[in-house]
This record gives sequence, C-alpha cells and structure tokens, in this order.
Amino acid sequence: MSTIALKLVEAPAAAEPVAVKAAVVPAPTPASALVEPATRPGERLREVLRVVIPPLFGVALMIGIWALVAIKSGNIPGPDKTWAAALKLFADPFYRNGPNDQGIGWNVLSSLQRVGIGFGFAALVGIPMGFLLGRFTFMNRMFEPIISLLRPVSPLAWLPIGLLVFQKADPAATWTIFICSIWPMILNTAQGVQRVPQDYLNVARVLGLPETKVITKILFPAVLPYMLTGIRLSIGTAWLVIVAAEMLTGGVGIGFWVWDEWNNLKVEHIVIAIFVIGIVGLVLETMLLMLAKRFSYESR
Amino acid sequence: MNKPIVKIENVGQTFNTRSGKFTALRDINLDIRPREVVSLIGHSGCGKSTLLNLIAGLTLPSSGLLLCDNREIAGPAPERAVVFQNHSLLPWMTCFENVMLGVEQVFGRKEGKPKLKARVEAALAMVHMEHALHKFPHEISGGMKQRVGIARAFAMEPKILLMDEPFGALDALTRAALQDELNGVMAKTGATVVMVTHDVDEAVLLSDRIVMMTNGPAATIGEIVEVQLERPRDRLALAHDSRFADYRAAVFEFLYRKQLKKAA
Repeated sequence: MSTIALKLVEAPAAAEPVAVKAAVVPAPTPASALVEPATRPGERLREVLRVVIPPLFGVALMIGIWALVAIKSGNIPGPDKTWAAALKLFADPFYRNGPNDQGIGWNVLSSLQRVGIGFGFAALVGIPMGFLLGRFTFMNRMFEPIISLLRPVSPLAWLPIGLLVFQKADPAATWTIFICSIWPMILNTAQGVQRVPQDYLNVARVLGLPETKVITKILFPAVLPYMLTGIRLSIGTAWLVIVAAEMLTGGVGIGFWVWDEWNNLKVEHIVIAIFVIGIVGLVLETMLLMLAKRFSYESR
Repeated sequence: MNKPIVKIENVGQTFNTRSGKFTALRDINLDIRPREVVSLIGHSGCGKSTLLNLIAGLTLPSSGLLLCDNREIAGPAPERAVVFQNHSLLPWMTCFENVMLGVEQVFGRKEGKPKLKARVEAALAMVHMEHALHKFPHEISGGMKQRVGIARAFAMEPKILLMDEPFGALDALTRAALQDELNGVMAKTGATVVMVTHDVDEAVLLSDRIVMMTNGPAATIGEIVEVQLERPRDRLALAHDSRFADYRAAVFEFLYRKQLKKAA
C-alpha cells in the first residue's frame, strides 16, 4: 500500500577501514574524464530533446483529437474557442458580482479552503488515531471492522448526514472532505507505526529513553514517510470529491462553478474548469511528493 | 579475581510457540568478571543470542536469576549497552546525534552541553570516525556504521558491553580491521564484554574465555576455554603461534566433533 519500503541492512562495503589512515590519497582517475563525452553540447541538446519531445507529441495528439471531436459534434467547443474564452476568463479571475457570480480564482480558492479545513481536521483526528491503532493491537482489532465497513463508502453518501447535522451547505461539503481524507491517514499512519523496526525500539530500550523521547526521536521520524504518503492519498481523494460535493451543495467553488456554467450552457468554461482542476491536483501532488522526498531519510 | 559483574544462576528460557512450549536454554550458570572478554559461540539456533538478550534485559528468563552488580536484571538499561548486529543507527540522525542520544541519557542530568559534546567526540575519535561526525548513516559504509554503533555503546560508559555478532554483516577484511580496532578500544577502556560470535578465529583473538554452547533445543553451556594469550594480541604474530592454533583446534573440536549438527 505504501510506496516507501524501509531498507534495513545495507550491503557491506568492501575493505573500508584500510582507507582510514590513507584517506587523502588522490583517486587515480579524475572523475571528470569519465563523464566528459556526455557533456559535449550536441549530446546535451539531444538529451534535452529526448525528454521534451514525447510529452509535446502527447499534448499535440490530445489537442488534435479534441479539435476533431469538436468539429464532428458541433456542441463541444474546440481548442480555439476554449482558448479565447480562457483568455477572457483569466483576464479577471478575482471579480465579485454577488455570491453566485465570482471569478474563477475565487472559486478555486474556496474549494481549496474547504479541502484544507476538512483535511486539517482529518489529520488532527486521523494521525493520533493511526498512532493508537498501530501501537495497540487491541485498538487495532477494535476499529478494524468499523474502518473496513466505512472506507469503501463514497464520501458523498455522508453529505446528507452533514447537511442534517450542520444545517448549512458549506460545512457539509467540508464534512465530506473530512470523511474521505481520514481513512488513508489512519491506515497509513498505523501501518507506519507497525513497521517501525524492532531494532530501533530495542535501541530505545537499551538507551533507557523516556516515552516522550521515544515518540519524538524514534516513532515520529520513522512514521513520517508513511504519514506523508497518507496525506498525499488523502489530498488526492479530497480534490476528487470536492468537485462532486460542491455540485450538490452550491455556493462558491470550482465544482459549483462547473455546474453553474452547465446551466448557463457555457461549455467552453466547463472544459477550462477540467483543465484547472487537473492542474491544481497536479500541483498539490507534486508539492506533497517534494515534501515527502525532503523527509525521506533514505533518499536524502 | 574480584567479584563478578554479572551472575547468571540456573537460567532457563522457554518460549510459547504454536506447536507448544519450546525450551531454548536450560541450566545456564556463568559469572562474568570485571574487565574480561567472554565470547559465546555455538551452532546457529543454540540460543547464544537468547542468552545475550537475557543479560541485556530485552527478554526476561522463564526460570533462574540474572544479577548485574548484585541487582536483578529486570529490563534493559544503559549500564548494559548493546552493540546490535546490524548497527541499528537511527537513519534520521547524524553519527554525532546518534551517539549523543545515549550520552545525553546517561550523563545529561549531571553535565553541561560542552562536556557531553566532548564525550561524543571522544567516543567517535576512539573508533576513528571523527571525520564523519555530521554524516548520516546512509552516507558511510557498513564498517563505519558499526564503528559508530560501537562508539555509541562505549560512550555511555556501561558496566558491561554486550555485542550480538557485531561484525557478522561485514566482509572479511572489514571484519579483521574492526576486530583489531575493538581489541585496541577494549585495552584502552578496560571494558567488560560479552560477545556472541560464530567466528572461531574472532573468538580466540578477542576473548579471555570462550563459552561454547551445546546444540538447541534446550541448549546449555558445554565447555569453557580459557584463552591465556597475553595482550595486546597481534593478529599476524598469533597466526604463527602454536597456542593460538591449539585454542582454535579446541573450539573446532567441540563444535564439529562433539556438537556436530545433523544435516544442518
């Protein structure tokens, strides 16, 4: 489930101590001689092209098919029409004409805000819960059936419960985000805690570390990569769910905006929204991957 | 000699397994005297690591009594430092921080920051790792990691140092270099050491006594060889020493004639 596997035993390095006293002896072959051929300018350019060309082809193919479909169907706006609409739309992304007519920037921001709040609460509850489940077998066995039962349920099924409890659309949408974010967070944190190598815990016992230090110096750093995986999965799902939730609740938000533009029959705006949702999701994912890399002690 | 640091009296260890009770150790009696180096040797599965874990306090015996300094061993403590087989350095801390973690625990109450820092640096210098103070474990080789592991244990100034196949995961050349290093450190500090090994040469080279264990299940101490080679011991000189060969032969004799494992 988690992408991070702990590698415990390093391969033994050969004949290392011999070099301890003679560490200053210069290496016989200068390293630059080995990499020199690859740094010639022509070679370098070819390397860059090899990386850049395939994605460009991919994008071109997509736009081509889109244009073709647009011409054939007549209803779907083509790339040119969408581009023109996008230019107009992004010329003023932060206007406000009353609660139901706001710029796309505001819509994206309010969706992100809901995701942030819902996710924040999920982290607040889910991470400590994950620690408990990972640390105590009793808790794990106690909650396992509940989690197994509730996890496959679409978070949107919880929306009416949210509406009933909060009596308002906005917190209900946040509530669905909370529900969908909490499962990956609990499960990944619990798994991380269970996978803390026994050796590290033995070290803690032999050193006689107090429980606070065991948590801050051993458990937390060991579990952090797992937690970040959980966070990444949670945010990914939350961003998927928010669009649907907002379509149902209305208000301000990218999901509501898509629905609103459908009612206005501005299909090119829907296409733009699809791109915007995709790009925001991609940015969130990339940011969290970078964060995970920063805290992954094996790849540092 | 003076009174023992660790006394092991009639210790037995049974584990509950799916197929019923499994007796790993029985009737272990052993005294470990100050400043002596004892190795535990035997075929795999003879319970030598189990015995070491008992002395460490990581597990408690099913029967019998273990004493350290006349107090019952009821759990792990820094006075009985352990060097683990796979170094067990915490990968998110530098070498310095890894050693500091133990030093802080033992001396943090009584001593100030500069003194603790000096202790850590001295311990790492002792194993010739002063060049890697602020490197992370994944940035140094396997042999160097084990040096840091040894430094972490020595820095706590334990009453007794327990090593569980400390060089088992290293290649032969690195292992030899680390054995010499350890011999030097033990001479300098006068440490009391109990070491689990499966390497006969290592046992003879490093120990004052070699405790040879019978095969499990229900393993116990078979014979004890006193190694009376004067220190410091030199690997190359000993290679031509007939006494070294005799001790080696005695251990091999025990392991391969008296305790040969059937179809291991």
